[in-house]
This record gives sequence, C-alpha cells and structure tokens, in this order.
Amino acid sequence: MELRSPLGRVSGLGSAKEGGVGHWWAQRLTAISLVPLTLWFVASAVFMVGADLATFREWVGSHGNPVILILLTISLYHHAQLGLQVVIEDYVHHEAAKFASLISVKLGTVFFAVYTIFCILRLTFGG
Amino acid sequence: MASDRPLSPHLQVYRPQITSILSILHRLTGIGLVAGALLFSYWISAATYGSVHFDQAQAILGSWFGRLVLLGITFALFYHLANGIRHLAWDIGWGYEMPKLKASGLLVFLFSGTMTILTFLAGYYAAGGG
Repeated sequence: MELRSPLGRVSGLGSAKEGGVGHWWAQRLTAISLVPLTLWFVASAVFMVGADLATFREWVGSHGNPVILILLTISLYHHAQLGLQVVIEDYVHHEAAKFASLISVKLGTVFFAVYTIFCILRLTFGG
Repeated sequence: MASDRPLSPHLQVYRPQITSILSILHRLTGIGLVAGALLFSYWISAATYGSVHFDQAQAILGSWFGRLVLLGITFALFYHLANGIRHLAWDIGWGYEMPKLKASGLLVFLFSGTMTILTFLAGYYAAGGG
C-alpha cells in the first residue's frame, strides 16, 4: 500500500526517500542472522589464538566452516553498510560530502566483503 | 525574549541516564565494530599470503596493543549484540515500560562484561596460558 501522496513523492520529501522500509527490514534480518553467526565465530575463533598457518587453514576450510564464514562476511558487511548509512545521514549535512561518503561506504563494504569471501575460498580450495 | 516554556534536551544541559548512555553506546560500538570487520578481513587475508605474513598478523594481534584492541572489539561485539536483541524486542512491542527499560539495559551491561571476560579467559586457555 502506498501511503505517500503523489505530491510528496515527486517533491522527494521524507528522510528515507524511496528505500525506508527495505532498509529497516534488511537491518533487522542481518541483525538476526548475525546473532548466531557472531556467537559461533567468537566461540570458534578463540581457539585460533596463536595458531600457525596450517592449523588456521584447517579451521577455515573444514566441515561447514567456509560456508558459515562466508555467510558471516555477507551479513557483517551488509549490516555495517546499513548502519554507517544511518550515521552518515544523521550527522553529515553537507550534500556533496554526504553523497560522497554514502557512495564510499557502499563501494567499500562490497569490496571488503568480496575480497574476504575470495580469501576464504582460496584458503579452502588451496592455491 | 524570555519564555518559561521547556526547551528540548541539549547535550550541554542533558543529564545522562542509563537509557541515553545505552543508546549512544549502541551507535559508538557499531562504528567500532566496522574496525572489527576490517580486522577480521585482515586476519583472513593474511593467511592467503603465506606463513610469514600470517605469523606476523598473529604476532600483531597477540601483542599488548593487539590484545587491547581485541578486548575493546570483543566488548563492543557483545554489547552491540545484546542491545541489538533489546532493539528487536522493542520492534515486536516488548519492554517499553521504564522498569523494563532499566532492567534490560542493566542486563545488557552485565552480559557484555561477563562474556568479554569469558572470551578472554577462553583465549588465554587456548593459547596455553600465554
């Protein structure tokens, strides 16, 4: 159901513009998925304190670990992007600076997520 | 022109309460956890560059400064997680009454403090007392 008036829409009114509900949902869904994922990560990664490379590779690549690590990476960087976006929209009022920082955060989080997933796969499949 | 009408809260005259402190800490820990995410990526990626780089990363994370940063990130993680669940409870309409707000806030502090200590004890145990 469309709650906004046509005039409000063409004027671009409202703090959330078009994506408010989608942003809200994505933030909650990634929050929910991050609860078990981060708890698993802490409980599991704590045994990698001081580990050598062979032990670490074994941990990253064994059983379902690479799948969970990739899910963690995606949820983590998506959630980080959504959160940073809200902070920027709240505190950065200069239009150009806001635009630039929002784009940097989006591109940066995608880059780090893809790079981390690539590293997880490389540690799992060797090379 | 002086007026007796109440002003909206301003940082300089705002008395901190447990609810307001928890609220701003949620945002601050969220920003801190972005650094945690980058550290996670650094750790994973260091392993793809071979033993020399990975051992170096392990040494940096294991140094006193690395441990201090990890202590802060661990606390931020458990705090943001617990307070995030508090937010999700509000989303389904639970816990808006003042006594519940204060009790759940206190619980968040107790949980994040306890879990941070437990995590570090487990870390020292895993490292063999190092």
